[in-house]
Amino acid sequence: MIPSFLLANTPIPRDLPLPLPLPEGLLKTLLVLFFLIHILFVNLMVGGSVLVVVAEWLGRKRRRWDSLAHAIAKTVTVNKSLAVVMGIGPLLCINLVYTMQWYSANALTGHAWLMIVPLVTVAFLLTYLHKYTWDRWAQGPKKTLHHANGIAAMLLFLFIPLIFLANVNLMLFPSEWEKVRGFFSSLRIGNVLPRYLHFMAASIAMTGLFLAGWFGRKSSDLSHLPGFTRPELRRIFYRVTALVTLAQFGFGPLLLFTLPAVGITPQLYAIIFSGAAVGLLTLIVLALELRASDEHIGRHYGWICALFTLVVLGMGSGRHVYREAALHPHQAAIQERTQSYAAALAEFQKAQVGKPAPAEPDANQLFMNCAACHAPNTKLVGPPLTEIAQIYAGNPEGIVTWAMAPGKKRPEMPQMPPFAHLGEASLRKIAELMLEKGKAP
Amino acid sequence: MDFPSYYLDHVAGGRLIIGLIASLHVLINHPLAVGAYPILTFMEWWAHKHGRKDVDELAYKITFIVFIVTTTVGAMTGVGIWLSTSLFAPFAIGSLLRVFFWGWFIEWLVFISEVVLIMGWFLSWKKADTTEKKKKHIRIGLALSIMSWLTMALIVAVLGFMMKPGEWSQTRAFWDAMTNPLYLPQLGFRTFFALMTGAVFVWFASFFFTRDRDRSKPQGQRLRKWLVYRLSHVVLVSLVMTLLFGNWYWHNVPEVMKANSAVALLSQQFMGWHSKFASLLGWTLGAFLVIAIAGLSFSSLVPRWALLIPSFMGIWLLGHFERAREFMRKPWVIGDYLYSNAVHKDELAFLQSEGLLKHATYVKHREVTEANQVECGQDIFMLACSRCHSTTGLNGVIEKFGLMYGDDKAWDSSGMLTFIQGMHQTRTFMPPFPGNEKEAQALVAYIQHLRTTREPLQGAQTIGIDAAPLPATADNHVTQQ
Repeated sequence: MIPSFLLANTPIPRDLPLPLPLPEGLLKTLLVLFFLIHILFVNLMVGGSVLVVVAEWLGRKRRRWDSLAHAIAKTVTVNKSLAVVMGIGPLLCINLVYTMQWYSANALTGHAWLMIVPLVTVAFLLTYLHKYTWDRWAQGPKKTLHHANGIAAMLLFLFIPLIFLANVNLMLFPSEWEKVRGFFSSLRIGNVLPRYLHFMAASIAMTGLFLAGWFGRKSSDLSHLPGFTRPELRRIFYRVTALVTLAQFGFGPLLLFTLPAVGITPQLYAIIFSGAAVGLLTLIVLALELRASDEHIGRHYGWICALFTLVVLGMGSGRHVYREAALHPHQAAIQERTQSYAAALAEFQKAQVGKPAPAEPDANQLFMNCAACHAPNTKLVGPPLTEIAQIYAGNPEGIVTWAMAPGKKRPEMPQMPPFAHLGEASLRKIAELMLEKGKAP
Repeated sequence: MDFPSYYLDHVAGGRLIIGLIASLHVLINHPLAVGAYPILTFMEWWAHKHGRKDVDELAYKITFIVFIVTTTVGAMTGVGIWLSTSLFAPFAIGSLLRVFFWGWFIEWLVFISEVVLIMGWFLSWKKADTTEKKKKHIRIGLALSIMSWLTMALIVAVLGFMMKPGEWSQTRAFWDAMTNPLYLPQLGFRTFFALMTGAVFVWFASFFFTRDRDRSKPQGQRLRKWLVYRLSHVVLVSLVMTLLFGNWYWHNVPEVMKANSAVALLSQQFMGWHSKFASLLGWTLGAFLVIAIAGLSFSSLVPRWALLIPSFMGIWLLGHFERAREFMRKPWVIGDYLYSNAVHKDELAFLQSEGLLKHATYVKHREVTEANQVECGQDIFMLACSRCHSTTGLNGVIEKFGLMYGDDKAWDSSGMLTFIQGMHQTRTFMPPFPGNEKEAQALVAYIQHLRTTREPLQGAQTIGIDAAPLPATADNHVTQQ
């Protein structure tokens, strides 16, 4: 049963009258999986753009960091393309399963939602510009411009996720929708900002782990990174991952404890805390790696990735469990309203079938098609009937011919639309009525 | 009517924004992706076969431009069509997604491979330095060309469906939706149009990479001659095919629509567009023809700017084509199923009898009274008219009634009422008014009020939503329990 508090201030829309193309449970599983793949590349794109800026900044004093920044920048342009294309799958699923909540959240933050298109486009173009001008804009003021370009791209990448987060968050709380006045006010609903911190930290941790593997591969060519050894690069990025993951032990609880109570369940706690426990284990393995000697560092990379995958799966499922719990009453209410609307509609249609077929419309009814523009004595849109009766006196066929394919005679009036669809017989009835009405004094 | 209304008053709802994003997307997708990839792959293959490093180098440079544009503006405008329709017509895109899930899902997989292939192809070009690697590289280009065409081939099904769902109207089956009657002719038309414009694009781009620094050794000239001669053939063949498929397409539409539409007038409206389209098509094809023939025999005489003429005409043609396609579909957003204002065909009579406000989600009042008439009228406008009309701006109701009744005179409210209730008969591209008589009166009252105050209408993104409690009726057991 629908809790009464929900009904008081929650809009209950009707769902679209078409079935889902897949079982709902399957769509939800796909949603969680596709989303995690998408968010991985988003993390690498966002985190990468931050690390590029930091490394380029360090590179202003020590050259070797500049080459490293360039090498990271090359990964960002690839990851950003994958981030976009991988986003389509989860978007497809969320549209289907949460049609009513998702599109409503989009509409309520509409300007920002639409701005995603130009903002992301500009951010992408900037990352290309940054990458392809690296060697040409290498000195003096041009280098400053180059660095500023990287910072501009980074700032865009830092801002855009906020729009997505605001939407994903807003869709969870239909009872709050009436308070929303556009994007910025939507940030006050739920706990968008703790979510954002959590996401940013995850982005940097993921990117650190990715780069530790990317530069740590035996096959990777480090000749363009003079001044760095492979173990050193591994250590740098492991350290980034470890430090930020440690910080997540602050952001995670902040996120969890600021979540609105509506979707909190014991199951959610179980999932989140198991995830956190695996996170702790990951940190320990990371610490072991960092202490390992140059020959041995990197041996546990596979393990760390596997553990991280478990953490991410845990967090992804936790998110889903929360969403399910938060939206369950609303989904149920929508379903109920949709069904009763369908029932009322079906009843109406059944009653219509029983009714006798409408009689042929008489001339007066047919004339209603013309009455909006032609009045008896005054000019509305077209000439009054008195005038028509003068022109076509004794010639109803003339009216019929004109109505089938009207032209434009009077410059001060709009052209009449054709009425061929009424058929000649009906037009003839109308014409006779017009002539009669127009005759009357 | 079950989603909050995102609304931009000055641009008539938002069709313009969807249109701009979609047109930009098509203008990148057709010539730069579908058209150019096979041409560039051919150049790479030919260069490899004949040991022409210069041809390979030229193909690489043009691919760089295509790579940057398609992976930024191209990709984002594609997503943008979705984001913008989700704001302006969530009911339509939501329904289409349910019908076409498998089509879109497969398209997604194809799109992933397209993106991976374009990155792989471009980023590994310089590394393909042995015959073995080069052969593999050319195969990537071939695979990319196929995938790029496939993404278009899948999406064209949705476009044809929205105009003419064919068997789907009865069966509601995905496969019937995919194989709608307009599918093949439209696909052929777009394929060859893409090749034709793609060839002109490659030709145009080559000007920038074949300039001779040393005039005594005109290598760039020679290279350009080589390219233009071949591209002229592509243009000529595609031209003939575009014409044939275009004819098939355009001659198919009216028959199909006549057979299925009770409103024969729609085809007459369409005929007006048809003649304009036909003359534009003629001029554009003529321009391509002149350029192609010139390219066959005296390409050095074709100046760079001359290529812009068929290109711009092609853009115009394509824009006009998309517009005509959208226009012909009216009053439907999904042919014979869903009107452009989110009312389903089968619920129209029900709403006209029960009232639109009673069953809407986001309205201030459920019943029209003397006191709330204007407020109700505004909600009716938002629900029934705002997807296509603005208040006082572009395609505004004030402008439309002004044209009919005169800007300098009082408007007869009873005449307006008659017009609104019968407008689908006189303007067959308009959906029937989906409310009861009192609601039509409220709409008239709002329009008269609007005419004097000219208050802009704000969307839910600015002023938020109202959701009046649902009445305890058959449609709504929720509140009774």
